[in-house]
Amino acid sequence: MIEVLEPGLSTTVQDTGRYGHYHIGMPPSGAMDQYAHTVANYVVGNDEDAATLEMTYAGPDLKFQEDAVVAATGADMEPKRNGEPIPMWTAVQVEAGDVLSFEFATEGVRSYLSVAGGIDVPEVMESRSTYTLIGIGGHEGRDLEEGDELPVGSANGNATVGAAVDDGHVPDYANNDTISVVMGLCDYRLTDEGREEFLGTQWKISDEADRVGCRLTGPDIEGMFEEREQPFGAGPDPTNVVDLGYPVGSIQMAGQPIILMRDAVTGGGYATVGTVTSIDRDMLAQARTHNEITFEAVDVEEALEARASQDEQLELIRATFLE
Amino acid sequence: MTNSIQRQELSSPRYEYGGDDHVFVELSEEMSFDANFEAQAITQEIRERDLPGIIEVAPANASYLLHFDPGELHPDDLIEELKALREEIDITEYTWEARVIDFPVLYDDPWTHEVMMKFRDRHQDPDSTDLEYSARINGFDSVDEFIDAHSGAPQMVTMVGFVPGLPWTFQMVPREQQIEVPKYVQPRTETPGRAVGYGGAFTATYPVKGAGGYQLFGRTPVEVLDVDQELPDFQDSMVLPNPGDILNYRRIDREEYDAIREEVEAGTYEYNIGTIDFRPEEFFEDPQGYNERITEVLD
Repeated sequence: MIEVLEPGLSTTVQDTGRYGHYHIGMPPSGAMDQYAHTVANYVVGNDEDAATLEMTYAGPDLKFQEDAVVAATGADMEPKRNGEPIPMWTAVQVEAGDVLSFEFATEGVRSYLSVAGGIDVPEVMESRSTYTLIGIGGHEGRDLEEGDELPVGSANGNATVGAAVDDGHVPDYANNDTISVVMGLCDYRLTDEGREEFLGTQWKISDEADRVGCRLTGPDIEGMFEEREQPFGAGPDPTNVVDLGYPVGSIQMAGQPIILMRDAVTGGGYATVGTVTSIDRDMLAQARTHNEITFEAVDVEEALEARASQDEQLELIRATFLE
Repeated sequence: MTNSIQRQELSSPRYEYGGDDHVFVELSEEMSFDANFEAQAITQEIRERDLPGIIEVAPANASYLLHFDPGELHPDDLIEELKALREEIDITEYTWEARVIDFPVLYDDPWTHEVMMKFRDRHQDPDSTDLEYSARINGFDSVDEFIDAHSGAPQMVTMVGFVPGLPWTFQMVPREQQIEVPKYVQPRTETPGRAVGYGGAFTATYPVKGAGGYQLFGRTPVEVLDVDQELPDFQDSMVLPNPGDILNYRRIDREEYDAIREEVEAGTYEYNIGTIDFRPEEFFEDPQGYNERITEVLD
């Protein structure tokens, strides 16, 4: 059992996500930075689908009621065990009665804490991920609060205390201002100049950036759209389309661009003009409010190669910690 | 005025990549029953084929979206399969048992009214209410007549999404009788739960409070989402509507709203639901006659 002494800014239980229900409007939820979540699990000997704690900007203080092996990955929140610093991306032993505490991240946004055996909250629709909008999954479907108690699953004994991820596999969160996007979906709605302007703009991440979406601010987007007689059912605004499904990672043009993240709406009536690649969604999860980003158009083969190469890297990391 | 539903040729569907792990297929840029029934028929077939690597199959109004594992399936192979599938589908042969659901609405209710007044600066016409504006641009003399039209013919659920349980419905009348309104210029950050709104050619009921861009017409006392599955009609799923269901919006007064709401909150409310074997061809030929048969299945 882990007792929450201080919840941090926004800490939730997350796993790889809740799938198979998109058609009833259920977004996947799950760890925003799947890479950091997955590696955190591998370091303590878990499978990738074990639930971790996702912390946002400022992490919690946690009291362990039992011995456990843990690892913190993602943004560096200077984790401490009983006030003494412990390394990131490393399997660390904690004893019953120890307090783990986290500070404020100065680079990146989200940290992940894995525990050997996983955070053992009940599954809802085959997932432990928290989806706060309708209050399901995780711990009571919400952000953690002071006094919450989290059960830990039984560890498989694969964890090696002290084992650490190679530096080469640790991302640089200070340098994530170029985001790869596969243009498409409804990008036929943009003029050539509009498309150029969209890709040439340094967009600023607004205060409204959370697990639902990353709202950007920049130049007026209406002018990027092709004039047309609107098709029946779309509504008269040039950015309107007949309501359709939105991929996670797609960029919705509603007044300003909004990149849809893992708790996003699953569909709607604003044109989407491209989709952030699955790997760069992880980087975006670490991009801070007020930072500026630019989109780089890549074709689907480049996106697939990058994904395959990261999958290989993860497999390598997994193999290291299995030994 | 025509009495039949004009068939639409879906001449050039678009197959689009959504990053490295989604394929989005826009069957048509415009809404039609043809596009929707084809989206339903194709996605049902994809589910039945159970292709390796497919994670999500989500039909929409005139399009559909697939999420897949690119480690197992190359998007180009998937797109080839989808194109072949399209050749095999004949939607007039696609029939289903449709549920017909009585759907009470308190139009012009106090709760959505209060919220819409907070967001007039995001609206096309800040000096009218959403109902006044929608009635006017659709050529109705009064809000009252407009509400009569909205509740005057049943609507088919053509998509579920946005948030869990939100039904998009499309009125089952010829196109020239269909209501069309714009979405808000900028989405609201607030919408009451159970608000009934309209955008493009669709009615939507918001399951929970949250952001939204649809014109607000009223509020229903019944739920479309019951997370704890307490109401008897939610035994199998936390979500009420499914694509292919038919909602019959019915204008109610405050007294009936309060009475139904009380039953819903007590967990005892039972929806008035009938079923009909839905046959697209018969509906296309004589929608008015078909709609009468549809409403008759409700007691």
